[in-house]
Amino acid sequence: MFGYAGKILIVDLDTGRTHTEPLNMDYAKKYIGGLGLGMRLWLDSTKQGVDPLSAENTLVLALGPVSGTMFPTGGNGHAFIAKSPETFGVGEAVSHGTFGAELKRAGYDAVILTGKSEKPVYLWIDDDSVQLLDAANLIGKSPSETEEAIKDELGDYYVRVASIGLAGEKQSRIACIINEKTRAAGRTGLGAVMGSKNLKAIAVRGTHDITVAKPNEFMDMVKEFHERMKGPATQKYRTLGTVENVLINNTLCCMPTRNYSSARFEDAEQVSGEAVNENYVAKIIACNSCPMRCEHEAVIREGPYKGTMARIEYESLWALGPYCGVNRLDAIIKAAEICTYYGMDAQSAGVTIGFAMECHEKGILSHDDLGGIDAHFGNADALVALVEKMGKREGIGAVLADGVKAAAGKIGRESEKLAQHIKGLEVTGYDLRCLKTAALSFAVSFRGADHTRSSAYAVDMKGKVDRLKAERGRGKLVKDLEDIYSLLDSFIVCKNAKATFYKEIAELAKLYRLVTGEDTSAEELSRAAERINTLARLINIREGLSRKDDSLPWKVMNVPIPDDGPVKGAIVTQDELDLMLDDYYETRGWTFEGVPKIAKLKELGMDELTALVAGKEA
Amino acid sequence: MVKIHERKFVSVDTEKCVGCQTCEYACSFTKEKAFNPMKSRIRVVRINQVANMAVTCRLCEDPACVAACPRDALTQSEETGAIMIDKDKCNGCGWCIEACDYGAMMLHPETKTVYVCDLCKDQGEPQCIKWCPEEALTLVTSDVLAQKARIGAVKKLFQEKKK
Repeated sequence: MFGYAGKILIVDLDTGRTHTEPLNMDYAKKYIGGLGLGMRLWLDSTKQGVDPLSAENTLVLALGPVSGTMFPTGGNGHAFIAKSPETFGVGEAVSHGTFGAELKRAGYDAVILTGKSEKPVYLWIDDDSVQLLDAANLIGKSPSETEEAIKDELGDYYVRVASIGLAGEKQSRIACIINEKTRAAGRTGLGAVMGSKNLKAIAVRGTHDITVAKPNEFMDMVKEFHERMKGPATQKYRTLGTVENVLINNTLCCMPTRNYSSARFEDAEQVSGEAVNENYVAKIIACNSCPMRCEHEAVIREGPYKGTMARIEYESLWALGPYCGVNRLDAIIKAAEICTYYGMDAQSAGVTIGFAMECHEKGILSHDDLGGIDAHFGNADALVALVEKMGKREGIGAVLADGVKAAAGKIGRESEKLAQHIKGLEVTGYDLRCLKTAALSFAVSFRGADHTRSSAYAVDMKGKVDRLKAERGRGKLVKDLEDIYSLLDSFIVCKNAKATFYKEIAELAKLYRLVTGEDTSAEELSRAAERINTLARLINIREGLSRKDDSLPWKVMNVPIPDDGPVKGAIVTQDELDLMLDDYYETRGWTFEGVPKIAKLKELGMDELTALVAGKEA
Repeated sequence: MVKIHERKFVSVDTEKCVGCQTCEYACSFTKEKAFNPMKSRIRVVRINQVANMAVTCRLCEDPACVAACPRDALTQSEETGAIMIDKDKCNGCGWCIEACDYGAMMLHPETKTVYVCDLCKDQGEPQCIKWCPEEALTLVTSDVLAQKARIGAVKKLFQEKKK
């Protein structure tokens, strides 16, 4: 069968032994690859209740069937999966670049990392030759420095590297895994999981050919998608980039500002996508095989932060900017660079600093608690100082570097009400009080507060529904969008390319057929998508999550939007959330408690997993 | 005999190149029916995030690779300027690889003989150019490159004067 390498690499960090196993083709067929396959492999390799930062929490790196091919954005992704140290449920993060394609050419569909190394090591995958090498000299280095050092050591400059920074080494719960210097498997703290294994980096060299089942038709499809990706469907990513959202979200009054104190930032113009592009973006670059090229590189050429270079996206800009009340782009770009340097999720870092700033404003964190940092909203210097402290886990940084939920737990004094997260994962740049479909999608997202498990926010923002209304039917909207997103993450295709799939799942099915040569249909893929989402739910249930965790941040449910305008007073009540949850669970074939019914599992061909819901599904 | 300045080679506009490696896939698929940058005649270099460039054969006027080959396996086409390789004579010693200042000459991982851009003579036009989503690649003569640079410089001068 084309598309899959047919082989999985298993690395036991306890003993240093490695071996390969054939890919379970039943899993591949049912769970596609990437996110789906990775979760399935993770489930098999761990026990219920595993401590996320213990040796027993397996870290899975998974690729999809189109990885390594020329399909635009499809060839270049990889997914990391483990139990999240932030949510204690499914931890997953997808990143793009070239790393995934290289790993596929090395001949693997997935790498399963178990145990914990005694000493810091890095994994060197050179086609069939797999070694754990000493990483003592890499300790303390940033992902970018680590990559350079490994290339020097191996004497091969086309080696692709994914690594953690100091934040991951110190097991900060918002640490990420960064490949090719600027691309991050950012969310849910998987850098901490990697750090807990004493694994500093994974370096890959792959030299094997990648071929597809139907090369000529495949190339026709690639050509077609090249054209689409140069058209209106992806214009945003190619021009201003995701930072375009600043003014859009601000105009619609759905940009959480000053730790959710407001839904609009009065200085939005100063930190807009337009301003970033005009004053700082030096170059837009691409991941492997991508004609959209969306990665905006911001460079600071003068002033106190001269010489700073950081990739800038809406979420990082928003979290480090408006969410902290900061209106200085140079400081925001500097803070983003520091996040990348230490290997921290910039979204989570920004939201946590916004939280700390409000704690300071409300007298919960004193000047002394903050180590003398004047952490008032809008203080750009305080932002930069706090990110630096978090990266190093120094002083207050050690409290904040585990994210907003853990920080509130340590600080106490009702600070948890100021901690805006879902399931432990920090919120993102969409005010859920006035985006009720998005509110549902965030509440049910299996990895916590996140806009990338579905694009439900777009349904609200584009006016396809009344965004202030909670009503039946939103469950189906969210489910359908989740299904597409989970497929994209399993193939793996970049979510920025979603709009180029005009016929959605039908075209993903065509892509699957042309690459693998296996017959499949839109219906079959839809079932796979449902299966993948259900699997994530089963994992969360096994790890103890339930309906009560499908909740919303305290402020979303208790503090109405104060800003004058059409959304003034908006809030999501428990009744509204319950109505939407009931609707969503019903649509998914789950019980009132959000447990997949055994009949549903059987319908989806997941019979072997029914034990996970035994006694819970009545 | 065709004059040197009419020889066209694949030139890369560094302002436009985004490092996507689409050219590598297009090349390896055209030449080897597989997606494998290791077998591409054009390779992308990313020095850092803002410095990206695809590199391939420049069709040098006095090619060092040809001069370096001790087995006379390399010749330069009088017509197109492309470097032609006699695979029977090449033993993969790599002297031409060392001689090339641009890393355009490479050793094939399977045939163990060297390979280099042949301007896709069988396809009629270089496929990397056809596929480049940024239109960063062009088939140009040295003369045209000089013309472009000249015009660009003069335009800039006049814009500055306007200020």
